Amino acid sequence: MSHVPDVVVTGLGATTPLGGDVPSTWAAALNGESGARRFDNDWVERFGLPVEFAATIKVDPAEAMARPEMKKMDPSAQYAVIAAREAWADAGSPEVDGARLGSVVSSGIGGIRTILDAWEGLLASGNARRVLPMTVPMLMPNSPTAYVSLEFGARAGAHAVVSACASGAEAIGYGVDMIRTGRADVVIAGGTEASIHPMNVAAFAASRTLSLRNDDPERASRPYDVDRDGFVMGDGAGVVVLESAEHAAARGARVYARIAGVGLSADGYHMTSPEPSGEGQIRAMRAALEESGIARMDVVHVNAHATSTVVGDLIEARSIRGLLGDEADHVALSATKSMTGHLLGGAGALETIFTVLALHDRQAPPTINVDNPDPELVLDLVRDKPRTLRDGDIAAINNSFGFGGHNVALVVASV
Amino acid sequence: MAYSEQEILAGLAEIVSEETGLPTDSVLPEKSFTDDLDIDSLSMMTIVTLAEEKFDVRIPDDEVKNLATVGDAVSFITGAQA
Repeated sequence: MSHVPDVVVTGLGATTPLGGDVPSTWAAALNGESGARRFDNDWVERFGLPVEFAATIKVDPAEAMARPEMKKMDPSAQYAVIAAREAWADAGSPEVDGARLGSVVSSGIGGIRTILDAWEGLLASGNARRVLPMTVPMLMPNSPTAYVSLEFGARAGAHAVVSACASGAEAIGYGVDMIRTGRADVVIAGGTEASIHPMNVAAFAASRTLSLRNDDPERASRPYDVDRDGFVMGDGAGVVVLESAEHAAARGARVYARIAGVGLSADGYHMTSPEPSGEGQIRAMRAALEESGIARMDVVHVNAHATSTVVGDLIEARSIRGLLGDEADHVALSATKSMTGHLLGGAGALETIFTVLALHDRQAPPTINVDNPDPELVLDLVRDKPRTLRDGDIAAINNSFGFGGHNVALVVASV
Repeated sequence: MAYSEQEILAGLAEIVSEETGLPTDSVLPEKSFTDDLDIDSLSMMTIVTLAEEKFDVRIPDDEVKNLATVGDAVSFITGAQA
């Protein structure tokens, strides 16, 4: 291969706890709104759930999708397809040979609501013939990427890389690599999750990772606040259209930003706790930055993984400081999970969209609910109001980490 | 209790409509599941599963290939109720 193509972002799509598309989600984020809501059902009474809220999807997929189509998809696939349609239209519905078009849409957990519903139906009926034939195609974790591949005729490859809460970012990284290695010219990439179900709430609560701030759900997700007590589960999807710079230029596409570097590492340390020194996180960020060729001084913004857990937030902040040294002083740090909750496999993709838009619009989104910043936070947190980013060539890092010790860092550059 | 042929046709039309998005009044006895209603094998098995539950009958897998039209399915279900 004679040269490695640059990879740019030409389309954005999402359906999230803040809005049914990217413009409404981004506007709500810049406005510092919370997507967390009390459950409007009997889960708490019925199952004794210790957590009484989550960041549920804002717009019912039924508003964007016909019923027969919905019935063939797990909600995780519905969200992904809705986001992919928006991203594709936003990219100008590019003319591309299907053999040069890829799809990489990941989920951290997969079609778990389909699994649980099917099992419930089987238990209730006691009759194997009541299990629907679409059960397997709907529960597969590759179902969202397969539906996206089918919808757009993406035949260069359809992939679903799985790394828990880093899945969405890793999917975008994989899509970037598909273009760099010459397998595709255009890739539809992102992440999705539909895990808000009483069994999953109970399971995450059992691992003591969820916020218990039941008296004030909108204020529960508070990364870097001294009183943070865990993350808030979120549902939704984010999808981007990645394209080789040449392909985008040839069709005169609007380019939001460039994905300049992808860094991956694993802690190999603990199933759920990040390695305390941050060595693995730093390696991922350093690899992404070195690949990008961007100087540390041009990194002006980081969209942190920061889920609002006591231990995780600070380890990441120290890792960023460890990577950038004194240059970290001029980094505007945003923790957007304070507003969206934690979309698990969708998080890295939605936060890539936020990072791309921050560079494109020169506005770092705020972190809300930080009443008292943790004194150990060694970075400049963007609080409550968006912050203007400087003119000229700038770059940002989007971090995503997952249960299992997965670390993914994407370096995004302005264009 | 046994369903009449009209009730079975109406119930089947609802199931097919839910599965395909076609209006219920397009699900007529002479319509072919594959040629007219564009139903693939997986969708057909979904319709069979839902029809078994709705009408409390058993439609054996060997029988499904004989159900070319909506009318064939109505006749089979009518007979299977006995």
